[in-house]
Amino acid sequence: MAEMAAENKMPEVLFWVGCAGSFDDRAKKITKAFAKILQKAEVSFAVLGTEESCTGDPAKRAGNEFVFMMQAMQNIEVLNGYEIHKIVTTCPHCFNTLANEYPDLGGNYEVQHHTQFINKLLEEGRLKVEGGHFKGKRITYHDPCYLGRANQVYEAPREVIRKLDAELVEMRRCKSNGLCCGAGGAQMYKEPEPGRKDINIERTEEALETKPEYVAAACPFCNTMMTDGVKNSEREGDLPVLDVAELIAQAEDL
Amino acid sequence: MDIHFGIQNIIFILALAAAIWAFARQWNKIWRNIKLGKPLDRTDQPGARWKTMARVALGQTKMVRRRYVAGFFHVVIYVGFVLINIEVAEILIDGILGTHRILQAPLGPVYDAAISFFEILAVLVIIACVVFLWRRNVQPVARLRSLSGWPKRDGNYILVIELVLMMALLSLGAAEANMNNLNTEGWLVTSQLAPLFSGLSQEALHWVERGAWWFHIIGILLFLNYLPYSKHFHIIMAFPNVWYSRLSAKGKSDNLERVKAEVQLMMDPEADPYAADAGGNGDDEDERFGAKDVQDLKWVQLMNAYACTECGRCTDSCPAHLTGKKLSPRKIMMDTRDRLEEVGQVIDQKGHWEDDGKSLLYDYTTPEELWACTTCNACVEACPVNIDPLSIIMDMRRYLVMEDSQASAQINTMMTNVENNGAPWAYAQADRANWIKE
Repeated sequence: MAEMAAENKMPEVLFWVGCAGSFDDRAKKITKAFAKILQKAEVSFAVLGTEESCTGDPAKRAGNEFVFMMQAMQNIEVLNGYEIHKIVTTCPHCFNTLANEYPDLGGNYEVQHHTQFINKLLEEGRLKVEGGHFKGKRITYHDPCYLGRANQVYEAPREVIRKLDAELVEMRRCKSNGLCCGAGGAQMYKEPEPGRKDINIERTEEALETKPEYVAAACPFCNTMMTDGVKNSEREGDLPVLDVAELIAQAEDL
Repeated sequence: MDIHFGIQNIIFILALAAAIWAFARQWNKIWRNIKLGKPLDRTDQPGARWKTMARVALGQTKMVRRRYVAGFFHVVIYVGFVLINIEVAEILIDGILGTHRILQAPLGPVYDAAISFFEILAVLVIIACVVFLWRRNVQPVARLRSLSGWPKRDGNYILVIELVLMMALLSLGAAEANMNNLNTEGWLVTSQLAPLFSGLSQEALHWVERGAWWFHIIGILLFLNYLPYSKHFHIIMAFPNVWYSRLSAKGKSDNLERVKAEVQLMMDPEADPYAADAGGNGDDEDERFGAKDVQDLKWVQLMNAYACTECGRCTDSCPAHLTGKKLSPRKIMMDTRDRLEEVGQVIDQKGHWEDDGKSLLYDYTTPEELWACTTCNACVEACPVNIDPLSIIMDMRRYLVMEDSQASAQINTMMTNVENNGAPWAYAQADRANWIKE
C-alpha cells in the first residue's frame, strides 16, 4: 500500500490479510489463492504488509478491551492515513471486527469477506470458472460463526461453490444453526475446558456424515480445526479441507 | 339486563383488588431490580423495534423454527391464552356488576361462535399441556431432562394450573348447558360435555356453575401472582425484552467506553495527562471493567434474566455444552436472575444495598464455565425471545481479565503477543509480508 500511495495511486480494494493469513503456513496458502484470484480478475489491490497489525479480535474476545482498543486505534490511524474505503479480507474474525467494531472508534469502511467478493466478481463476469475440476463432487460447507450467525452471510460462499458445478451437501446443522468449529472466542489460543469431546471432532463427525469428497471452509481458523478433525478421523489422505478461495484457484489452475 | 349485585360481587371486587395490588407490588420490585443495572439507551430505530416485536414476540417466529412439536403446541397454548382472555374480560365484568355473561344478549350468534371457538381452544390447550407434561416428565427431551429442583417443579406447576383452569372453564359451560333458564345450545364443546352433569338437580347445577366460575377466576388471580416468582413471567417480559433486543449484527460486541476514552488519551500526543477528569466522567472512577455482579451489568441484560423461561434451546445449541463442558447459557441466565433476586431481597430487608460478600461471578457462575465459550452466538440465535447470554459471558470475562488478571497462561501469552508483535503468535512484524515472496 505504501508503494501505491507513494505513486499517488488508489487501489480498488485493500486486501486485509490477517495474522493467520500472514503467518500460519496453511492459511498462507489461502492468502495466496485469493491474491491469485484478484490478479486473474485484474482487480487492483494492495496490502498493508508490515503496516498491518492484529485487529485486536482475539484480545477482545478474551476480555481484554485495552489491548483491543490499542490495536484498533493504531490500525484505524493507518487505514485512515491511506484514506482506505474498501476492504476485503479472508478472515471472518477480521471481517467482523473491521465491519462492526471499528466504526465506533472512527474507522468506517465498506468491508467484504472474500467469499462475497469472489461471488461478486463471478456475477459481474470479471472472473470466470469452469466446473471441470470439481464437477459433480460432493462438497460440504462449514459456516464460520463470525461470517454466518454474526453477520448473516450464508449464501455468498454457497453460490460460489455451486458455480463450480459441484454437489453442495449440507450438514445436519448448517447456516444459522451451524455448529462452531471450536476456535472462536480466543479458544484457538488455549486448551479446551474439560469435557467429553473436542468441538472440532464433533463438527468433523457431522461433516463426515454427509460423505463429502471435500470439506469447504471460509475461515483460516475453521480450516485448522476441521483439518485437525479430519486427521483425527484418519481421513487426512482422501478428504481435503479447502477454503472457498482455494476451490476457485484450483478449478482455474491458478 | 339481569343484575344480581350482592355479597358475592363485593367479595369478588375485593379479591380482584387484592390480586392487582399484590401483583403491582411484585412488579415494582422486579423493575427496581432491573434498574439496578447500568443505563443503556436502546430506543433507537423504534420502527424496527416494533416490527421485531411483532414478528418474534407476537408472531412467535423463533418458537416454531426447527422445533416443530414444541413450537406447534406452544403456539396453541399462546393463542389459547391470548384469546380466552377475552372471555376472562367478560368474567371480570360479570363479577363486578353481578351480571351473567353480559355480552351474550347483545352479541347473539357472534357470542355463541366466539364461545365455541374459545372452547375448542381450551380443549387444544388441555391437549398441549398433557403433551408438555409428557415431554417434561415421562419421556423428557434432553434440554428439559437436565432440570431439577425448583425449575422442574415450576414448569410442572404452570402446566397443571393451566390444565385445571381450562377444565374449570369447560365445567362451567357444561353445567350451564344443563340449566333450564340458559341458552347454551350453540356452544360446540360444552354441549357435548353436558351429559357429565345431566343427573344433577337444578339446585346442584347452580352450585357446580358457581363453583367452577369462582375456581376459574380465583385460579387466574392466584396464577397472576405466581408469575413474578416463576419462569412463566416470560409471558409478560418477552414483549419488552424483544423490543429492547439488539438490532445490530450479532457479531458486534460493544466497545467499553471508558477503555476507549483512556486509550484515546494515551494515543493523543496533545493530551495533558494531568488534566482533571481525564477518563471521561469523573463519577465513573469506581466503575469496574466488566461485570463481577449483577449491578455491573446493563439493565437490558437483567431484563433478559426475567424474560428467560428456561426452555434450554440456548444450551441445546451451545457447542461447549454439546461436547460436555460445564458452560450452559441457560444457567448463565438463571444464575443472573437468582443472584438479582438475592440482591433484591437484601434491599427489601435493609432498605438499601449492603454488600453481602457474594457475587454473580464466583458464587453463581464459575470461570471454568465462562472460558468454555467460543462466542459463536448459537445461544443468541436460538433464543425465542432474543435473550443475549453471550454479552453477559463476555462482561464477566472482561472482569476476569481486566480486574482480576485471571486469564490462563496461554491466554496471557496470546495477549502479550498481540500487544508486542501485533499478532496472537510470536512472529516478527517484519515477516508479515513474507508470504508474497514464498
